[in-house]
Amino acid sequence: MNINDLRRRNFLKTSIGTAAVAIAPGFLLFDIAHGKAQAVSGKVRWGMLIDTAQCQEGCSDCVTACNKENGLSGGTSATDSQWIRKVEIKDISSGRKVSLPMMCQHCEHPPCVDVCPTNASFKRADGIVLVDRHRCIGCRYCMMACPYKARSFVHEPLTDQNPDVPRGKGTVESCTLCVHRIDKGQQPACVESCTNKAILFGDLNNPDSEIAKKIRTVASVQVRASLGLNTGVRYQGI
Amino acid sequence: MSGYSPLYLRSRLYYVLLAASGLVALAGMFAVYLMEHHGHIITGMNNQVVWGLPHVFAIFLIVAASGVLNVASIGSVFGKAMYKARAPMASLLSVAMLAGGLAVLMLDLGRPDRLIVAATNINLTSVFAWNVVLYTGMFSLIIIYLWTMMERRMNGWNKPAGLAVFVWRFILTTGTGLIFAFLTARQAYGSAILPPMFIVLSFAWGLAVFHLVQAATYAWNERQHDPAVIERTKHLLGIFVIGSLYLVAVYHLTNLYFAQQVGFVRFILIEGGIYPALFWLGYIVVGNLVPLGLIYWPGRKTNCVAASVLVIVGAFALLYVFIIGGQAYPLDIFPGFAASSSFGDGQIASYSPSIYEFVLGFGGLAIAFILTAVGVHIFNFMPQD
Repeated sequence: MNINDLRRRNFLKTSIGTAAVAIAPGFLLFDIAHGKAQAVSGKVRWGMLIDTAQCQEGCSDCVTACNKENGLSGGTSATDSQWIRKVEIKDISSGRKVSLPMMCQHCEHPPCVDVCPTNASFKRADGIVLVDRHRCIGCRYCMMACPYKARSFVHEPLTDQNPDVPRGKGTVESCTLCVHRIDKGQQPACVESCTNKAILFGDLNNPDSEIAKKIRTVASVQVRASLGLNTGVRYQGI
Repeated sequence: MSGYSPLYLRSRLYYVLLAASGLVALAGMFAVYLMEHHGHIITGMNNQVVWGLPHVFAIFLIVAASGVLNVASIGSVFGKAMYKARAPMASLLSVAMLAGGLAVLMLDLGRPDRLIVAATNINLTSVFAWNVVLYTGMFSLIIIYLWTMMERRMNGWNKPAGLAVFVWRFILTTGTGLIFAFLTARQAYGSAILPPMFIVLSFAWGLAVFHLVQAATYAWNERQHDPAVIERTKHLLGIFVIGSLYLVAVYHLTNLYFAQQVGFVRFILIEGGIYPALFWLGYIVVGNLVPLGLIYWPGRKTNCVAASVLVIVGAFALLYVFIIGGQAYPLDIFPGFAASSSFGDGQIASYSPSIYEFVLGFGGLAIAFILTAVGVHIFNFMPQD
């Protein structure tokens, strides 16, 4: 074996070694960042049942918890993001007042998903409606289409984001049903924070779940049911 | 085109206007830079009025771009020689306005840098995505159509190409109308009459723009316009204005008939402050009645240019009322209830356009103007009667 062959071999060995050292951490991190390997199940449909009789006027614990969990500023100017809001409604003829939280209703047939030109708005197999922040071009057509005014546009640069909930200036966002918590087996932040237990969260498709049982026994409605969107969030008492 | 006389742009005004438009377009780019750097916070738009003044400019340009092709269609499809002589200019104007309108639409996005995402991810259920295809198709078809007119060997294909453009632009303006017609959730939109309404509006707006451009090029060339030509296109404008007024009236009448829509109609036509004012004064009086008077008043010399300018002013007034007013009226999420919240539920949303939006919008007009002015000069698209 002449000296040239040896040099070539050494060169190859060193190159492959260096390449391996350079790539390996990337693979490792990719594996860590990947999260859970298995896909979400289409057998599950996450939903909520909100009992307006338990929801107190003036209480905004769910809103505060949502803002904290998702890194929102909590500001309420016309350009601030509000993923969940308290709405006070009053029957025009009888004067009866009801207070309730309003957020993305996670429709089975979401208009935002239909109109999104880039498929950035999408529905997960388990019924959660989300925005892919990498695909959103910020056209705001989904905000025009949403019958519940559930979406906000990020008007300003953001700081101090929650790593679990990436957001981005110039894109549209809304309630994710705290998907990062659900994937860890936890409940959405608003549900956990409600001291009056006004929000019941669970799998609408599982007949034995508490939410499915309750929906079978008490009268509940979908907001703007006439639109035929089959919302995942339902209300009692309106 | 060889028989066309050379175009002399003796007027100094031509170059002054061209330079001024260049500056306006640059200012528009600077406004975009600021909007991207600071976010949409520097515009008047917010989470209630999500589409603002840039959309008024963009939709005007896109709708008028489709309508201006009427001149070409009457020539190529229906075989009228007088209009056929104007087809190249109309086609150029259409491409220019489409480019200006799309530029405004794209640059108003939250992430205009992701244009490639929009081009490579097409959601087949989104009318916005359909429009991406419709606009690109329109550009291509018009260029082919122009080619069949400019290249002698392709002249035989002129009629089929003209027919294709004719059909395509109907679909295109239907697509523009459908952007709003598909919005089931909002009181102002979600009506099947919107696509035909936009088509007839496009006829009027496109022809008005064409009249202006034609008058300007004739003036720059120090040529006299044939009074017979003015007379005929003037009557056509009158018919288009009446047609569009009819469809706008039917749109409001149907809304007025539905009890659940009466609140919205009251807002937009009577109680909504700036919106009824713009509708009645801007659109009905300035944009329709006065131009119709200018066109049809017996025994006086018609001022077709003035009528056209007023039709365009009316167009902007109508689009502002339709787009901004339509969003300012609150969504009726809980019918039968009065609602209030920190997110504008039950409240009339406020919107005041910022200077950046105006500059961006005028930037789009400037792009359309530059393309037209340069195109008319280079290609010698002066009508030859």
